[in-house]
Amino acid sequence: MSVPPGHFMALSAILFSIGVLGVLLRRNVIIVLMSVELMLNAVNLTWIAAGRALGDIDSHIFVFFSLTVAAAEVAVGLALVVAIYRSLGRTDVDDISMLNG
Amino acid sequence: MPHIPSILTHFSPELILVVGMLLVLTYDLWVRGREGLQANLAIITTVLALVATLVLWVTMPGSHPVFEACGPGAKAGTCRPGAFISDDFTHFFRVLGLLGTLLVLISGQTYMRGRTAFKGEFYALVLSAVLAMNLMAGANDLIVIALAIEFLSITSYILTAFLRHDGLSIEGGLKYFLYGSITSAAMLFGMSYLLGIGGSTSVPALAAIARNPELAQVQGYANIMLPALALVLAGIAFKIALVPFHQWSPDAYQAAPTPVTAFLSVGPKAAGFAVLIRLFVGSFSSLSASWLGTMGLLCLLSMVVGNVAALTQGNVKRMMAYSSIAQAGYMLLGVVSLGGKTLMGLDSVGAVLFFILTYVFTNLGAFAVIIAVEQATGSAELGAYRGLMRRSPLLAVSLVVFFLSLVGVPPLAGFVAKFAVFGAAVTGGQVPLAVVGVLTGVVSVVYYFGVVREMFFGASEEGQPGPIRVGMGTTFVVLVALLMTLVVGLWPEPFITLANNVAHSIAPALQAAGGH
Repeated sequence: MSVPPGHFMALSAILFSIGVLGVLLRRNVIIVLMSVELMLNAVNLTWIAAGRALGDIDSHIFVFFSLTVAAAEVAVGLALVVAIYRSLGRTDVDDISMLNG
Repeated sequence: MPHIPSILTHFSPELILVVGMLLVLTYDLWVRGREGLQANLAIITTVLALVATLVLWVTMPGSHPVFEACGPGAKAGTCRPGAFISDDFTHFFRVLGLLGTLLVLISGQTYMRGRTAFKGEFYALVLSAVLAMNLMAGANDLIVIALAIEFLSITSYILTAFLRHDGLSIEGGLKYFLYGSITSAAMLFGMSYLLGIGGSTSVPALAAIARNPELAQVQGYANIMLPALALVLAGIAFKIALVPFHQWSPDAYQAAPTPVTAFLSVGPKAAGFAVLIRLFVGSFSSLSASWLGTMGLLCLLSMVVGNVAALTQGNVKRMMAYSSIAQAGYMLLGVVSLGGKTLMGLDSVGAVLFFILTYVFTNLGAFAVIIAVEQATGSAELGAYRGLMRRSPLLAVSLVVFFLSLVGVPPLAGFVAKFAVFGAAVTGGQVPLAVVGVLTGVVSVVYYFGVVREMFFGASEEGQPGPIRVGMGTTFVVLVALLMTLVVGLWPEPFITLANNVAHSIAPALQAAGGH
């Protein structure tokens, strides 16, 4: 009564697409960051599902690395958002447009 | 069991960088608030790592896999290939990365002195960025490739946004971060499918499946390999800043502290090409019929968009961003000319390596001048270059030489490099791309000449600004870059032989692919 790997793959593809849509459609930087996190977690799900189906330990280890990297990335991202909030008073991607051309 | 001493030997440049990085941070705590020698420590670390690499290269030629596993964890009877390979190709990119960083550190230290109080953090981050580049150069496993690329990306975001009280710097960093995290998520997604197909994260194992789809773990899914590879390519193209994954680069280049811009324009690009060549040419050349078209498109777009968008830029750092996108397009032209032969029997990969070698020196020379001008005038706008010929003949004349080399005018290094790449393209069946390359190269004269016109013929409205005092570091870097630009241009044979040997070291598969 195990769930076939295809189902996991489909679920993670759907989650990944929701993340991509969030990045493209939402204007608040915090929401964009959350969408990126959703994309990364969808990827983790694929790794785990593939590793489980293949009996491969490497992919499980990869997920630990991936979680750590995502944490480091979001730490840097939030620091940037705080800095931009201090200088602009807003965190909308549309307002961040001093650089152009 | 892995042999611990051999890991220590083959990782010695990286270990030196780690130790140096920690020393810089510790020393920074020690002198907190006072003037310190963090920059000198970083320079010494880089030099030591460079020496270690050269010693390794000379005393231990050939290919040395690190983290090879034949223990009980590996699949029945087979050894797991090394996750990191220390070979000529790795050494070549290690040397380029370390040399480039050295030039950036020397030309940029006075620039950074007045602008940030966090010197320890800055130099530690630069050292960790070089470490990440070295790891990318030798990565031979999807896990190591992904981690090294992420490592370099995260350090680059922080370095770009380093001047955190400058709104522009933060904005550039945030844009870089947003584009970067999306493309790296896409790259990881592609890698997860590669694992699903191949049942291994090891690049040689995946390459064996690419050659022989019967080995695939999931039958019928082998045609997922190409979309998965395309996603991985997107992640690498983002690091190299190839069109259409380039939108971050003009903003990040303009906003970052100028030494960081100089670093970004050579370091991640060279490391990205190391991964690209090892992965696609070295391992997946059997699928070349499928990825050549996509890469050809990226190459075409980069050459055209880079050179055309540079025409209208009023900020020299931003112009250099588009110029470096175009240069990356020329490098990619060599990658897609598989099997092409050019000058002195140089093959297409050798032509790319030779191009990258000349690009590193020429571009860093140009950036040393840009840093010096920004220090003197406080600006990187075109107007800051007005009358530079009168204010500092050394800077003005050398910038002209670097620009001429970037355009590809004989007898400079850039000419030989472009000749090699276009030659490979013509013999490798990419004639239309070579024609586009030559035509866009002509366009590039216009925007480089815009700066030259300001320097030589621009009349200053606000009186006669005095001469610019050029620091020792800048003079040294400019002279080294000038020397390399001239020597490689006039006497390219040893460098071509070097590039050719390095190219042969990773691509035995390429020789086979070139044969048919």
